[in-house]
Amino acid sequence: MTTSPKPDSLLGLGAYQTVGPFFQIGFEALYQNDLAVPGLKGRLVSIRGQVFDSDRLPVPDAVLEIWQANSFGKYAHPEDQQDKPLDLDFTGFGRCPTDAEGRFGFRTVKPGPVPSSTETPQAPHISVSIFMRGLLDRLVTRIYFIDEDSNRTDEILNLIDPARRPTLFARPIPGESDAYLWNIVLQGHDETVFLDF
Amino acid sequence: MNQRDLFPIRRYRSPAPGIHPPHLYPGYVSSVKRAPSQALVSIPQTLSEVTGPGFQRHQLKVGADLTAQGHGEPSGQRISLSGRVLDEDGKPIRNTLVEIWQANAAGRYNHAVDQHDAPLDPNFIGNGQLLTDEEGRYQFKTIRPGAYPWRNHPNAWRPAHIHFSLFGPAISTRLVTQMYFPGDPLLPFDPIFNGIRDEAARQRLIARFDWNTTVPEQALGFTFDIVLRGRLETPMENRL
Repeated sequence: MTTSPKPDSLLGLGAYQTVGPFFQIGFEALYQNDLAVPGLKGRLVSIRGQVFDSDRLPVPDAVLEIWQANSFGKYAHPEDQQDKPLDLDFTGFGRCPTDAEGRFGFRTVKPGPVPSSTETPQAPHISVSIFMRGLLDRLVTRIYFIDEDSNRTDEILNLIDPARRPTLFARPIPGESDAYLWNIVLQGHDETVFLDF
Repeated sequence: MNQRDLFPIRRYRSPAPGIHPPHLYPGYVSSVKRAPSQALVSIPQTLSEVTGPGFQRHQLKVGADLTAQGHGEPSGQRISLSGRVLDEDGKPIRNTLVEIWQANAAGRYNHAVDQHDAPLDPNFIGNGQLLTDEEGRYQFKTIRPGAYPWRNHPNAWRPAHIHFSLFGPAISTRLVTQMYFPGDPLLPFDPIFNGIRDEAARQRLIARFDWNTTVPEQALGFTFDIVLRGRLETPMENRL
């Protein structure tokens, strides 16, 4: 967490509130779980999983938003000043609600490495925000790919208790190429690591 | 490391304690099985956290006039709802996506899960989208939503509210909140509203009645400004 003295002149920040059970009404227009636009460069992957509560029951009314770089490790954003190519029409944004079994899935390109504050770039990762009834504030986490050597040197992963790191790893689904499983456990055994920044 | 390999990451301020509600708030019963039990892991903001999705006008599929979604006028009190999206330094956040959704005037959502015994309104869906203008301004036309019962505790009623979703420039500035109406007698009893510990932060979620935006013979005006995280003054360098 970054802290700084709060000047008195700052305006008061808006506070989080839950999305509640009816977010579909407002969010559906931008549901998008297939980010693979025509001509997109890189390796297409599908990432699927389920959201579970503390009883290990699936959460049927969550919504996930993802944000990621393209296969070159470039974000479609004006503050990414790297000299790397962008993909036409690839926004890097996805939004997917869970179904009755708590399942979600995205089809996207595996992101490339992006800069860190050290000399070693960050390992490929996807940022995830999770919203649902019962969460007054969102939860934020990251998806990493278990078959990436660069995970060992990733600045953010190395801040996390090694015993809990595996909760951030998407794992290849046996018998299916380019498909990964990544579940979210909100509370309890194998609870997903959630981040604050 | 060569100087040209470095570029500044313009990080965002952290919220003061008490502004955002906690994940676990037992008064809000459904938080008990869904809130994490472990502390969040604090990470430095990297390029991944200071960037975020942008949206273009052609991506919007829903308008800003929620009273024009059916063949006729929806039931209820028409309101004009406007305000500005700013950062903590008062800078307007231009061209950013605002999404809203709400119940109808009878307190019923147009959603299969809502089984509250109040009438649906064939002329009201209850969603809106827009991009803020060059001054960070937005304006929706809608109807005042009704309060509705829920099962959090005996005889529980949610105060009338409109859900707001905002992006700002980065995933760090993403905000989903609810806007309430002044003088609502249900506010002191609502665990969602009162999950915010900071009194001033709670009051900021209450819109203000406004004569200037009240349209004669047409609609009552309410204003609601929304402030997203501002930047820290000192950039941090990241390596390309």
